[in-house]
Amino acid sequence: MKRTLNINRKDIELRFDPAESLLHTLRNHGYTEVKSGCEEGECGACLVLLNGKAVNSCLIFTSSLNGDRILTAAGIGTLHEPHVIQQAFVDCGAVQCGFCTPGMVIASYALLQENPEPTEAEVRRALSGNLCRCTGYVKIVEAVLCAAERLKSER
Amino acid sequence: MMNKKYSSIGKDEKKIDALALATGSRRFVDDFELKHCLHCKLIYSPHAFAEILEIDDSAARAMGGVVDVLSYKNTPQILHTSAGQGFPEPSPYDQYLFDKTVRFVGDRVAMLVAESPVIAEAAAKKIKVRYRLREPLFDPEKAMDADAPKLHGAECYTPIGASYDPQRNLAAEVDLGFGDLKQGESDADLIIDKTYRAHYGSHCAIEPHSVKTYFDEEGRLVILASTQVPFHVRRIVSRVCEFPIAKIRVIKPRIGGGFGGKQEVLLEPLAALVTLRHKRPARIVLSREEVFQNSRTRHPVRVRLRTGVKKDGRITFLEMDSLLNSGAYGSHALTVLSNCGSKVLPLLNKIDHLHFLGRSVYTNLPVGGAYRGYGATQGYFALNQHLDILCRELDLDLPEYLKKNHIREGETSRVFEALGEGKTGVRQYVNSCKLDECIDICTREIGWYEKHGKRIRQDDKVRGVGLAVAMQGSGIPLVDMGAASIKMNEDGSFNLDIGATDIGTGSDTILAQIAAEVLNVDLAAMIVLSSDTDRTPFDVGAYASSTTYVSGRAVRKCAEKIRDQIIAVAAEMLDVPAGKLQLAHATAEDPESGKRADYPEICRYAMYTANQFQIHAVASEFVEESPPPFLAQTVEVEVDTRTGAVKLLKLVSAVDCGQAINPRLAEGQIEGAAVNGISYAMTEEYLFSPNGSMINKNFKNYKIPTAADLPEIKTFVVPSHEPSGPFGAKSAGEIGINCPMPAIANAIFDAVGIRLFEAPFTPEKVYKAMFAQKDSQ
Repeated sequence: MKRTLNINRKDIELRFDPAESLLHTLRNHGYTEVKSGCEEGECGACLVLLNGKAVNSCLIFTSSLNGDRILTAAGIGTLHEPHVIQQAFVDCGAVQCGFCTPGMVIASYALLQENPEPTEAEVRRALSGNLCRCTGYVKIVEAVLCAAERLKSER
Repeated sequence: MMNKKYSSIGKDEKKIDALALATGSRRFVDDFELKHCLHCKLIYSPHAFAEILEIDDSAARAMGGVVDVLSYKNTPQILHTSAGQGFPEPSPYDQYLFDKTVRFVGDRVAMLVAESPVIAEAAAKKIKVRYRLREPLFDPEKAMDADAPKLHGAECYTPIGASYDPQRNLAAEVDLGFGDLKQGESDADLIIDKTYRAHYGSHCAIEPHSVKTYFDEEGRLVILASTQVPFHVRRIVSRVCEFPIAKIRVIKPRIGGGFGGKQEVLLEPLAALVTLRHKRPARIVLSREEVFQNSRTRHPVRVRLRTGVKKDGRITFLEMDSLLNSGAYGSHALTVLSNCGSKVLPLLNKIDHLHFLGRSVYTNLPVGGAYRGYGATQGYFALNQHLDILCRELDLDLPEYLKKNHIREGETSRVFEALGEGKTGVRQYVNSCKLDECIDICTREIGWYEKHGKRIRQDDKVRGVGLAVAMQGSGIPLVDMGAASIKMNEDGSFNLDIGATDIGTGSDTILAQIAAEVLNVDLAAMIVLSSDTDRTPFDVGAYASSTTYVSGRAVRKCAEKIRDQIIAVAAEMLDVPAGKLQLAHATAEDPESGKRADYPEICRYAMYTANQFQIHAVASEFVEESPPPFLAQTVEVEVDTRTGAVKLLKLVSAVDCGQAINPRLAEGQIEGAAVNGISYAMTEEYLFSPNGSMINKNFKNYKIPTAADLPEIKTFVVPSHEPSGPFGAKSAGEIGINCPMPAIANAIFDAVGIRLFEAPFTPEKVYKAMFAQKDSQ
């Protein structure tokens, strides 16, 4: 099948199998920052923003989309122009193996869009769809709070 | 000792690959695109124990897009172990890539190779297998009975000649001790005899096991592997695939967590075989379900501890009897078993009469393997509860008791010498131990003396506090080796090539910090390449808490050679004696004459001006001792006496890991391990159907915590200095997982007076124990 989606602010024509998940379609088209950790909607490594909402891309059929807007972690910021959230993850030591990080960045981005000044409990709740086995979450939570502070002072 | 001014050591440098990971540009195995790649799907046994009579793959092969079906019929039959250990491996050779016998639900039967994952999946369902079922063995306690089913035949053997007897399902045995138990018994006022059970666990690295293989332009086999042990992968693949080491290159890209699960050479030989047979790239990526059931697990261990004590608390004898359930194969069966004693018993070094009996037995259940803590986690679950029981029996204060009895600086333990990793150990003295400080911090932070024994109650909820302590090691003495290579570039930067394997721990960063410190440069001047068997020197890999200590020493030694070369070149350039030159801020200077040359000038001189040569060095280190890090952890819990639900309110860790090269990364290691330990204690468990099939093989039913599930976690890195370590460092990777389970068990007892000898501490289990206690009253 073929569809055009707006991925990271560019219209992209995608080719995919009818039963394919958005996760696989994205990865097959080079968006490998979207990670596959469980393919059952439990780990959050494949999180992307779909029309501004954080979703597990492994649970969405690509065929159910048409013209929708998708943002991945690489669409939020790049190595050369990182987003404040990504830089905060680096600065706070929130990245260990880094496999969960793109998904964590998406969850954090979605949270801070909606709630720019979250409490720690709100951060923890917002990240509760994302599993990390390396960090114990301490520094990830710190990073999101730090990003919120930095974004606030930028405003 | 601590007054040295370091420029990089002890600094919270940012992890050098962190930004590339946070923006998704650094790649993991499955992120590499390979054109015309074949996709593989493993087919597993639905039976716990059976002979394969027939594999009918005709319907599968008839499907379009199916390329091959691998099984015992068409693959090399070479006995080996999948344990990614040094050579010869201390694990028994009891596995084939594919076998005619299957020994657990989830054992390999065949592998479908197809043009796409979808075809592979569909075709795999068309493979028909006829089995002759055999009576399975599930109970490790019965494994050595004369009439127990025998899992393995006499052809299996151990390459190191360790104790091994497949006729008794005995995968490994350790029987060591000193003193005279009888004497210890007669000296005792009280004997405490309890049995503790540590259960199965899954590593749950978020990146599943992955491998991709292909031939490069020159016909060499390249293996992109999600592995902790790239050099062992090369060696083992070469042996079992009968393909020369010289034609194999193993590359480890970024790894999405390991925790021991990827110290196992499971998929690499299979993908390699596909590439060798079809001259095409091959890909195997496990599903989450496969990671749970078909890869490796934490070995369950039943530990019986018998101790005699005097009224003042002195232990007159200690007897530890450990029965390790190795599952269907003996991967790490000997060494995990040994560590259950060797990493645990030296902590109490004032016991004159001691005996350790360990046995690892086969059962028709999932296979154990390396897992952070590596036997120590299982042993400390027993020991820490046992000491809590002892102190309660004798009305002693546990923190003070531990401080009085643990091994101290300048002391040794006879256990070090008696018990190594599967063989006799190495005599060593402890030269750094700040466990007293760790205990003090933890008791203070949790409010031990305000809360312990107080059973603070609010409505139906009662609070309690618990403490546990541990030590680990830093590499395997006389076994582990690491190496580094450094070359200088003309802008004053350095390539640091290391065999050491960063699996997400940050070892690339801390090893670069060590080199930067020696060479007096900023971390940014170090360009790190790790774990490429063609490009980097050898290293045993990421296990046994070895990287900082063993590989770190190699990096330091190598950087010192580079420093000497830089000084020699500068001396020639500036015409001053080498002995007068000092290095600071990437410059060599003679303070007397004021003559100076910066690194770019020095390197340009060496490259272009006179007596040209490449400033370059290689160094390797192997270690004669394994200095233990120390840890204390305290927890506060709240038990709901109506439901049995246990809520963890707070966890405090204090660690002596020597000089932390990068304190923030060291904290991260302790925090991650602690949280893994918490969920191992509270929620994680393997549930089996009566036929031995794991029934909760997904994250929905095998619960690991999210950020929302966790309490306040505080971590302290206590100032310490290990004289033999690189800049005073010891290890930090494993130790943090050893204490949450016993600390929580002790806290539950403190709250409601019930002793739980087996985790996870589910509401059901706690409620039942409280109910039983009420009944007996």
